[in-house]
Amino acid sequence: MFVVLLIALAATGGLYAAFAPAEEAQADNRAQSLAIDEGEALYRVGCSSCHGRSGEGGSDGPSLVGVGPAAVHFQVGTGRMPLQNPGAQAPAKPRAYTQAEIDQLAAYIGSLGPGPAVPEASAYDPADGDAARGGELFRTNCAQCHNFTGQGGALTHGKYAPGLDDVEPIFIYEAMLTGPQNMPSFPDTVLPEQEKRDIIAWLNAVNTSESPSPGGFSLGGFGPVSEGLFAWTFGIGALVALTVWIGARSAKARKS
Amino acid sequence: MSTATEPRKSTARGKAPAGEKVADWADGRLGIYSLAKANMRKIFPDHWSFLLGEICLFSFIIVMLTGVYLTLFFVPSMGHVEYTGSFEPMQGVMMSEAYASTLDISFDVRGGLLVRQIHHWAALLFVVGIFMHMMRVFFTGAFRKPREINWLFGFLLLVLALFTGLTGYSLPDDLLSGVGIRFMEGAILAVPVVGTYIQMFLFGGEFPGYDIIPRFFVVHVLLLPGIMLGLVVAHLILIVYHKHTHYAGPGRTNDNVVGMPLLPVYMAKAGGFFFLVFGVITLIAATVTINPVWVLGPYRPDQISTNAQPDWYLGFSEGLVRMMPGWEWVIPGGYTLNFGLLVPLIVFPGLLTAIALYPFFESWVTKDPREHHIAERPRNNPTRTGFGMAWLTAFGVCMLAGGNDLWAIHFHLSINAITWFCRIGFFVLPVVAFFVTRRICLGLQRRDAEKVLHGRESGIIKRLPHGEFVEVHEPLSQEQLYTLTAHEQQKPLELGPDTDKNGVRRPVNPLERVRARFSKAYFGEQAQITKPTREEYKEITEGHGDHH
Ligand code: HEC
Ligand code: HEC
Ligand code: HEM
Repeated sequence: MFVVLLIALAATGGLYAAFAPAEEAQADNRAQSLAIDEGEALYRVGCSSCHGRSGEGGSDGPSLVGVGPAAVHFQVGTGRMPLQNPGAQAPAKPRAYTQAEIDQLAAYIGSLGPGPAVPEASAYDPADGDAARGGELFRTNCAQCHNFTGQGGALTHGKYAPGLDDVEPIFIYEAMLTGPQNMPSFPDTVLPEQEKRDIIAWLNAVNTSESPSPGGFSLGGFGPVSEGLFAWTFGIGALVALTVWIGARSAKARKS
Repeated sequence: MSTATEPRKSTARGKAPAGEKVADWADGRLGIYSLAKANMRKIFPDHWSFLLGEICLFSFIIVMLTGVYLTLFFVPSMGHVEYTGSFEPMQGVMMSEAYASTLDISFDVRGGLLVRQIHHWAALLFVVGIFMHMMRVFFTGAFRKPREINWLFGFLLLVLALFTGLTGYSLPDDLLSGVGIRFMEGAILAVPVVGTYIQMFLFGGEFPGYDIIPRFFVVHVLLLPGIMLGLVVAHLILIVYHKHTHYAGPGRTNDNVVGMPLLPVYMAKAGGFFFLVFGVITLIAATVTINPVWVLGPYRPDQISTNAQPDWYLGFSEGLVRMMPGWEWVIPGGYTLNFGLLVPLIVFPGLLTAIALYPFFESWVTKDPREHHIAERPRNNPTRTGFGMAWLTAFGVCMLAGGNDLWAIHFHLSINAITWFCRIGFFVLPVVAFFVTRRICLGLQRRDAEKVLHGRESGIIKRLPHGEFVEVHEPLSQEQLYTLTAHEQQKPLELGPDTDKNGVRRPVNPLERVRARFSKAYFGEQAQITKPTREEYKEITEGHGDHH
């Protein structure tokens, strides 16, 4: 009985091996290792001075072993890396690498140790998210640093949670996944994929340059501080200009 | 304009128009003619800064009118509902009825959003107006006898406006305002001994409970506006009774008022002004968002956001809390003294009281029993102006601290550095402001004296026969000379010799000594530039006659 089973298994295994698309897998693997090699070359030139010869980290940058391709895609894709000036925080800036190079870098870092992968497009498509639910999740998990609608906020000693207006959905997803710098990470165990999508849908609904602003100019969305500044400048300015005008209207009567 | 007497003549003619008949009917019962006669010729002087009070009055009226409209649709309840209105990003969210009805006002009530925005912008500008108005009264010394009571009425209006604003801002029960209520609750809890009791009483149990919004609603739409309306009327009655102050000038003395009669000229202007103010506020409300509660989300005690500030007029209380280090003592018995909140809770009313009581301080220093109807120029009382600027500086530093996170992120500064700057600045900058202001005032006084004696710089340069260049100074007109020298200059209080004529030590009340010190600070040699006398003027103008 056992023998029969074993033979059957061996046979199916052999059959599978014979019919499996071995070519493709190998091609994939080859492309992958090519990308890793290219990535390593790029890494040596652009990143190793801070992150160590093979990503082990150093005095100028943390270890990249196990941060995963998503972290690289986020950090280099938003221009944060390569870091230029050491400061309170690595700021987003125009990116220094092409998309292909970023993928290569990501592949290389990914090969150093397992970490979160770059998400599929379906994972962060705002159209599939529920903005209302995302709003609640955002207020629970993110608003304490990023403000109600993601206008950004200050952290201690010059660090800050940046404004999230017009950040690409994929970067929002990856930021949650990898937790850059002072931001905590929200892996799928904490915030499942669907909830991440909801959050992205919320930000898409309220904080892009296309989001509707039913009340008129939004004054940057900073709430009472910008409203107060507006009242003290344009508001009272217009009213005082009127008082001066009205006051001057009767100067003629006085002279007569 | 003898409108007050005309009607009686025309009734005698027997064919009065309908309006007059109504007026006659009313006069027979209410005595309006004599009232009108007494008041229609009241004079209101012209100066733009005297219209700041009008801005307050008109925006108050606008706030009331729009508030009534909002009450028709607002549901002051903390009962839970699921939002089903037309704002998509909130559909399906559980929220209080208060928040849901605010969203309905914004998106499903005709004109609701505009009215909400008018209400809120008008409320902000109302308090800005009160503030500017108060500063005008302060810096011109218009609070002096006999107007101290009216100063207090105005001050009470400011305080009530702050609390009306606080309660109104809380009504929509959104996350931002809920955080504000939470903040307030924390401050109440920090009060030793009675804090917890007050908190329980106010909220009808644990925070947040179900009572606070309905209670705030009553306070916001009935209690406070009612008291304010009464105070506004009292304020206006006293203005009519005291008559307005005016700036000194030829023919404008301490015993008269020069300006336009209340009716019809002034009323017509004021009526027009009302519509201008309404227009400006509506224009702002129609184009600029204020308090977009729809993206802030409903209040939930487990949520919080950064950049959460109160409306500007409570920004200084926010700043006080942000500046204060979070010191805490646990005293024997296990009681906690939370200085991080307790100290701001004391300084907040302290700052307000300081300005409220200033007039009484000044009148104690001057012991001046006379009435004052001339609005002083700020430069002519450098010490008062200095105190005012010091107060404003302290207020400003608090405001700065209240927005520390926004300045940090927008100007790429460290929030810690800003906070430390404010902590030190709160004590240092007002002192600096005081002395700098006094210097500037003295400089301006000196320039006035210069102008009186040597005339105005004309900008024309003349070359004398021997080659020297001189600038031609034009003498001032008689009116200008009067205006620049009309202010009175008091002498500082003299305590007299320490010993009487027999050489015996004269006891002097230590309080009097303090008073003398202040009096010197106000009227001593370093505190004012002696204005030119008639003799000086004559001597100089006649001596220089050949020059021009
Ligand atoms: C000038 C030094 C410097 C250079 C060059 C630099 N980095 Fe970094 N990098 C840092 C520092 C410092 C941090 C940590 C930032 C922090 O946490 O505040 C960092 C963080 C990162 C992270 C995030 C690690 C994590 O834990 O999520 C990634 C990924 C990264 N770098 C990738 C790169 C790549 C790829 C390059 C080359 C294109 C690069 N860096 C070049 C200094 C550098
Ligand atoms: C403890 C504070 C904190 C929390 C909570 C937090 N963030 Fe962040 N976030 C940060 C900081 C700090 C950065 C900047 C990191 C950097 O510059 O590398 C950041 C960066 C980001 C970025 C990148 C923005 C850009 O300009 O590229 C996104 C997107 C983002 N956060 C989204 C979120 C979302 C969504 C949540 C909630 C699930 C969240 N964050 C929660 C602090 C926080
Ligand atoms: C009789 C006078 C008033 C009435 C009847 C009134 C009524 C109301 C009502 C019903 C609301 C809630 C609806 C909403 O959220 O929009 C509200 C909100 C508010 N009120 Fe008033 N109010 C009055 C006076 C004032 C005054 C004097 C101030 C300020 C000094 C003020 C400031 C506010 C503010 C800031 C809000 C929040 C508005 C917002 O949500 O954007 N109100 N008021």
